[in-house]
Amino acid sequence: MTAIADPSVKATNRTWRKLRSNKSALVGACVVILFVGLAVLAPVLPIADPRATDWGAIRQAPSAAAWMGTDEIGRDVLSRMIWGARASLLAGVVSVLIAVLIGVPFGLIAGYFGGWTDSIISRVTEALLAMPFLIMAIALAAFLGPSLTNAMIAIGLSAVPIFIRLTRGQVLSVKTEDYVEGARAIGLGHIPIMTRYILPNVFPPILVQATLTIATAIIAEAALSFLGLGQQPPAPSWGSMLNTAKNFLSQAPWMAIWPGAGIFLVVMGFNLMGDGLRDALDPREH
Amino acid sequence: MLLFILRRILIAIPTLILVSMFVFTLQKLLPGDPILVMAGEDRDPEVIALLRERYRMNEPIVMQYFYWAADVLRGDLGVSLRTNEPVLSLIASKLPVTIQLALMSMLFAILIGIPAGILSAVRKGTWVDWLANLIALSGLSVPNFWLGIMLILLVSVNLGWLPASGYESPFVDPWKSLTTMIMPAFVLGTALAATLMRHTRSAMLGVLQADYVRTARAKGLRGRVVILKHAFRNAVLPVVTLTALLFGELLAGAVLTEQIFTIPGFGKLIVDAVFNRDYAVVQGVVLCTAVGFILMNLIADVLYVILNPRLRTAQ
Repeated sequence: MTAIADPSVKATNRTWRKLRSNKSALVGACVVILFVGLAVLAPVLPIADPRATDWGAIRQAPSAAAWMGTDEIGRDVLSRMIWGARASLLAGVVSVLIAVLIGVPFGLIAGYFGGWTDSIISRVTEALLAMPFLIMAIALAAFLGPSLTNAMIAIGLSAVPIFIRLTRGQVLSVKTEDYVEGARAIGLGHIPIMTRYILPNVFPPILVQATLTIATAIIAEAALSFLGLGQQPPAPSWGSMLNTAKNFLSQAPWMAIWPGAGIFLVVMGFNLMGDGLRDALDPREH
Repeated sequence: MLLFILRRILIAIPTLILVSMFVFTLQKLLPGDPILVMAGEDRDPEVIALLRERYRMNEPIVMQYFYWAADVLRGDLGVSLRTNEPVLSLIASKLPVTIQLALMSMLFAILIGIPAGILSAVRKGTWVDWLANLIALSGLSVPNFWLGIMLILLVSVNLGWLPASGYESPFVDPWKSLTTMIMPAFVLGTALAATLMRHTRSAMLGVLQADYVRTARAKGLRGRVVILKHAFRNAVLPVVTLTALLFGELLAGAVLTEQIFTIPGFGKLIVDAVFNRDYAVVQGVVLCTAVGFILMNLIADVLYVILNPRLRTAQ
């Protein structure tokens, strides 16, 4: 029996090959995997309790006993960094999931049905886009109350319009394709056409945007925690660690260096991955 | 042209109305009944009834919105719960500080981002291009509040070159104003410089392959003349409009920068308002930022038409 090559499988293989040959994307993926690994394994790693205070070891510089030093109440900075990675990555992923789960269906509906539905959704999206991401997130977090969950909701809701606009634009270019017309001709309903024929074809750019938005969301979560609107003490988070550290800059600079470096590295990792994915998925590159 | 501007303003009106609806809805997200909080611990029913009457809380929500919108149109954004000052005058007093910061950041971004983008495109594939891209990516990945803290540590704490915080109006003491604002402006302009660099590079790469650039080269013109007079003039168009668009983003980015450098601007106003539960101020700031953003969008669109002769004649 002769196997007929599925074009979508071929395209996936080509994308995968291209992604593997992109060195910066690989570096980005390694950084992200490292941080995700540390965050997931935090409970079983042989590190100090991130909340355990030691008044005999306050603001100790990095040493063999405490690799990244200790903070203003003697807590181990390395341990807080690893546990803080959990909050940052969780916030990044969950808020983007919220944005995708709300934004993509609305974008699909607007692009597919067009007319009044599109006009209404597009006007609302434009209005939401007129409110800068961070200001919107701060305002929402302020009105919802300060907590990590509310920060994730606030960031997710603020990112919704990005996904509505992106999905709508992609649907507009896909919905006139022959295979969509074909699906319509055989009498398929709107929902099967949207979910089985349109969504898989508009998914690649959404995936790229989602990867890049995780980077933005991690910075936004750190910013909200820095302002006191995200993760609440004593639970560790990179943003709140920086907020405390700024008061001890001359006495304990390491308290500020590590959390910022963590945010920078993980965000850079997601940005490199997103850029690599975009290049690999761009049909003009093939 | 006038017709185009008029049409563009008309399109912005429904967006403005929707923005006002969102801002109004924000207030409704608050848990609990604000009137009960205002009534204090006694919760005297008469006082509660009076407050409900005064704040029109007995009216349907749609009517409440119309009353609120009518007040906003008259320039009444409410009163700060903390200082009892009108929100509009509070914003008006803080806005010039943030605009100064945003303009200085933009200057930094243009001075760094555009030349770096041109250089990167002209030297595509060389180490210069690689380095410029790496710096741009770092600029986009670094949280500006951390960059600010690190600069304070290096420049203010260790070297003692610049003050770590504070603000002085340029009309009172221009030199002091410059020294207090230079570091925050650099911090705020970093991400913008990175974005401008990437867009300039991509626009220049497109233009450098165009026929007219090849013709200019074939005529024997010097490399610098071809790049600056022929290529850059055409590539700068989308960059100019992007710069206008990103000005709105700068206002938002100023929130954290002002917090770190203790600059008494628009951004610090919203953060202080959030912590003092001064919701009228939060609403006012969000509304003003959105209006500013829509205005910058409008300016970007008009600029695009003015700067592009082909579109100008088409209008």
